[in-house]
Amino acid sequence: MTLTKRSDGRKFDELRPMEAKVGVIKRANGSAMFKIGNTQAIAAVYGPRELYPGHLQNPEKGLLRCNYNMIAFSGAGDRVKPGPSRRSREISMVTENALNSIVDLNQYSNAVVDVFIELVNTDAGTRCAGICAAAMALADAGIPMRDMICAVSVGKVEDKIVVDLNYDEDSAEKGVDFPVAITARTGKVTLLQMDGLLKKDEIKDLLRAAKKAAEQINKVQVKAIREKYEK
Amino acid sequence: MSEILVKDKDIVIPGQLLATGMDYLPASGTLRDSDKIVSSIIGIASLNGRLIKIIPLTGPYVPRRDDVVIGKVVDIGFSGWRVDIGWAYQANLSIRDATQEFVEKGSDLTQYYNYGDYIMTRITNVAGSKIIDLGMRGPGLRKLTEGRLIKIIPSKVPRVIGKQGSMITMIKENTNSRILVGQNGFVWISGVNPEDETRAIEAIKMIDQESQTDGLTESIEKFLKGEKK
Repeated sequence: MTLTKRSDGRKFDELRPMEAKVGVIKRANGSAMFKIGNTQAIAAVYGPRELYPGHLQNPEKGLLRCNYNMIAFSGAGDRVKPGPSRRSREISMVTENALNSIVDLNQYSNAVVDVFIELVNTDAGTRCAGICAAAMALADAGIPMRDMICAVSVGKVEDKIVVDLNYDEDSAEKGVDFPVAITARTGKVTLLQMDGLLKKDEIKDLLRAAKKAAEQINKVQVKAIREKYEK
Repeated sequence: MSEILVKDKDIVIPGQLLATGMDYLPASGTLRDSDKIVSSIIGIASLNGRLIKIIPLTGPYVPRRDDVVIGKVVDIGFSGWRVDIGWAYQANLSIRDATQEFVEKGSDLTQYYNYGDYIMTRITNVAGSKIIDLGMRGPGLRKLTEGRLIKIIPSKVPRVIGKQGSMITMIKENTNSRILVGQNGFVWISGVNPEDETRAIEAIKMIDQESQTDGLTESIEKFLKGEKK
């Protein structure tokens, strides 16, 4: 069977409409909102601040700690439940790893930079929206970064390669979800997950598609940051 | 072939390419990636000969030796005070560095600095992020009483002070207030009357928010003179 049309009428390589804003939370050291289609993430950065439990303190460099959370009202009850879960723990961890390779916390020894990512509304691609928002929030907080980063989920629905899956496509039978985080300048991949089965060539095609999509997302991020600081 | 890709006073964001080639040197706020120079923070590019520097527009305060800061006394121990200076960890002010007087063992330290007191103090030593020593020796270092305290972005402190203190002097003169600015972005304001204090605070907040605009001094001057009757 072949996919002739996407459920929301987009082209196969078309992203959902994006919106971004920096500085949405007044009391945070840095914050940002990133919205892609019906998925909306808000990230807040606090710190560098005192790190507890003490055994996590590292005298050589600071720690980046991420917390990913889908707010209880953000989606349908079969998927979104209040409170922490195995899934949110895992996504917090992969987000942390994706961001850790771009932030430079050497001057914040023993301290922690906390990143809280809250999903207000969810329609697939949440970890990617979260990373996009977190990158802008970290920049807004003035944490030194080697590069900007953005993430997008690409995938395969039936036989077609599609970019930025929505929940219908993500949960489709035999659909493959393939979230990728790519640094803006160097084009390095810092997050790569695969939910489903793919052939070697398909992975190459997906990475190419992700890279192309990432450029568009990065433009939105840069624009949002500049909007706040260029007055 | 070296090439510079930004103009002086351009606003740059992390990861933005500033220059290629080995002829330029990366200074604060930038980093070198093989033959490229890249910005690592949001800020204003500042080109000085071969040197490329980014003046930050945002960011946390990182304690440095000899910074004069404003801190809050949060704890009192056997041999001194613990002071919050807006950094992840508290700084330490020992009795020896706090006063010239002889303090007898076991005496009540609250008579010098009590819990919740704000002090203007100097960082005498930084050894890692958890060992920060303060001292009270130096002109103008004292306990701050009867005033208001606001917090601004630490990287904007030089703009609030201005060249040779021009900006802060202007605000002081026009509002009849005493103002002390700590390098950590804590600003203490004490005026003759509350209206003047409020005007000084508004002026400082204006600088905090619009520090990158041209003609800042003029617009602050206009603001200070315009509302003064």
